[in-house]
Amino acid sequence: MAIASVENRSSIASLWRNKEARSVIVQIITVTVVFALVALALRNVAVNLEAIGKEFSFDFLTAPAAYDITFSPFLDYTSRDTHLIAAAVGILNTLLVAVCGIAFATLLGFTMGVLRLSGNWLISRMAYVFIEFTRNVPVLLHILLVHGIVVTTLPAPRNAIGIGDTMFVSNRGFYVPAPVFEDGAGIVGAVLVIAIVAAMGFRRWAKRMQDETGKIYPVFWICTGIVAGATAVAFLAAGMPLSWEVPALKGFNFKGGMALKPEFLALWLALSYYTSCFIAEIVRAGILAVSHGQTEAAHALGLRPNRTLQLVVIPQALRIIVPPLVSQYLNLTKNSSLAIAIGYMDVVATIGGISLMQTGKEVETMIIVLGVYLVFSLTISAFMNWFNRSIRLKER
Amino acid sequence: MKTTTSATAGAIALALGLAGSAQAGTLEDVQARGVLNCVVSTGVAGFAYPDDAGKWHGFDVDFCRATAAAVLGDPEAIKAVTSTGKTRFTKLNAGEGDVLWRNTTITFSRDVGVKLRFHGVNYYDGQGFMVPKSLGISSAKELDGASVCIQTGTTTELNLADYFHSNGMKYEAVTIETNNEARQNYLAGRCDVYTTDASGLASTRSTFTDPENHVVLPEIISKEPLGPATRHGDDQWSDIVTWVLNATVTAEEKGVTSANVDDMMANSKDPEVLRLLGVEGNQGSELGLSADWAYNIIKSVGNYGEIFERNIGVNTPIGLARGLNALWTDGGLQYSPPFR
Repeated sequence: MAIASVENRSSIASLWRNKEARSVIVQIITVTVVFALVALALRNVAVNLEAIGKEFSFDFLTAPAAYDITFSPFLDYTSRDTHLIAAAVGILNTLLVAVCGIAFATLLGFTMGVLRLSGNWLISRMAYVFIEFTRNVPVLLHILLVHGIVVTTLPAPRNAIGIGDTMFVSNRGFYVPAPVFEDGAGIVGAVLVIAIVAAMGFRRWAKRMQDETGKIYPVFWICTGIVAGATAVAFLAAGMPLSWEVPALKGFNFKGGMALKPEFLALWLALSYYTSCFIAEIVRAGILAVSHGQTEAAHALGLRPNRTLQLVVIPQALRIIVPPLVSQYLNLTKNSSLAIAIGYMDVVATIGGISLMQTGKEVETMIIVLGVYLVFSLTISAFMNWFNRSIRLKER
Repeated sequence: MKTTTSATAGAIALALGLAGSAQAGTLEDVQARGVLNCVVSTGVAGFAYPDDAGKWHGFDVDFCRATAAAVLGDPEAIKAVTSTGKTRFTKLNAGEGDVLWRNTTITFSRDVGVKLRFHGVNYYDGQGFMVPKSLGISSAKELDGASVCIQTGTTTELNLADYFHSNGMKYEAVTIETNNEARQNYLAGRCDVYTTDASGLASTRSTFTDPENHVVLPEIISKEPLGPATRHGDDQWSDIVTWVLNATVTAEEKGVTSANVDDMMANSKDPEVLRLLGVEGNQGSELGLSADWAYNIIKSVGNYGEIFERNIGVNTPIGLARGLNALWTDGGLQYSPPFR
């Protein structure tokens, strides 16, 4: 027996000395500890909910929400709708500001990144100061700053700044005429779609011709011509089936038209320009990382500067830019949860705010909010991974 | 795997321990800690606000002090746990606060759904509207199409939705997180109307540089009985908070004030006063407190009327009349069950 136990001990010791076995043991222990901590937290929640007699259930989602959400551009929401619909309104509002924010931040970020590399001393310094000021101040302060500027410096609706009696700027929003489609507008829309398809077909054809014959067509201008020309002809032929609903001051506020509300505007602008500064630095790093020899080689082959940028520098820079760009998109989406500070009704303000308060379902509502952000983030990541694969170096 | 097993056992023990702190025994916890944690608002003039030295004052804070005086014998042994309208119940239910004194409306869903215990009403309120005088409006019925600033996570946004819906009017809701930000949006003209409880309107207006240019409309669109709350599951602690509030009301009814409480204790012939002050009977020990618990409240903080007049009464900048909050003997609703 003594011998056996010594052998046994030495086999455990030798197991520990074995690098592979040791790493497996460490991993097993780590996973167990992590699961134990998660289980501990869940158990604590369950025990505490039980102690105050609360039931874990999502039944409240079908009860009327009873509160109003004025900013609901996609759904026709009233206070008689359910908490589920209120959550949907909040999710769509989050989605709206995230999508608009990502688009504008990308545009602004690429512009700033290029300006930062400008040979013009003044322009590159101005971009530098803007980037450094913006990215070193918390985003919440930017949001409050923009909202404060919009709300306090712009006039009240009755003193609104009118632009040609059709557009109005006030601290309750920017009002522009809304298009009203009349009979025949459907035909124009169909022609527009057909023209876009035709333009895409032309683009493919032009690319094939270039591959085969080397002849380069002015693809951009011809595509623009096809789409704009065909739509304009259809519009005139259908008897101009479009009119405008002009906003007008009635009582306290403007009625009619389309409005850009200050809450949305402030959140959108602040998130965009804040994130654009990080994107600018990523773009700058990406462009600088493409060796200057590449540009010189392209010039030596006779490519003009803008085609060099388009065909040689940008494709290589994008491979460096895209992975960190994904993090910025994710940051922007998650930062949009600061919306409640200025009263933009996003998912945190609706289901994670008012619904939480009115029903007392903290755990359930927070699970919904967490799930929503998780789905958004994973979707962005999946899309950007796909994009990254499509532009990465293809070895032939 | 032995390490794992004991780790799991430890984790479970810890979970049970953590869970235990949110249940019964609040009185023992508070006495062991020596400090009472009160959930209060982030700042409402007259009700709960810190001075420039960081000391908290106000109507609700004085009731918190009264509770501390009863439980710990020291009205200063309080800690203000600030919370927005949205976080207050979570903070209470998670055990960050022992009691909530935070102009909170008693409703069915909060009592039953959020699982709170309410302990009577320390302020009878109702929701009103404030507008700039320059709008020339005299009734809430004229507010069709207006932009309305509201604080999120309150009963006011539900009352507002119901009021406009039932009167067939439309409005734009500008939903803001705290009273202070709502006030800034109202002053900047982002909204035409600010709505909250009438006491809150008076309190907010008192902080304007030009309070005379703003009017509170005559319509009161809701019942807002504001009162203290505690968690479910600790009946002893619930009883204490209930009778702290009742003690201040009874003291006012019986004419016991912070100035004459010593005299009353020595000379009063009224058995209820003697029971209240712990001279006769053993009501203190039945609550688990010292015999002089109510004496401590009245001596250090005063009776209901004193607390009201000192913080929000007509001689303060808030300038609220007693109205519904007068004693029942003066035509109001403040009425305490007897100390018997």
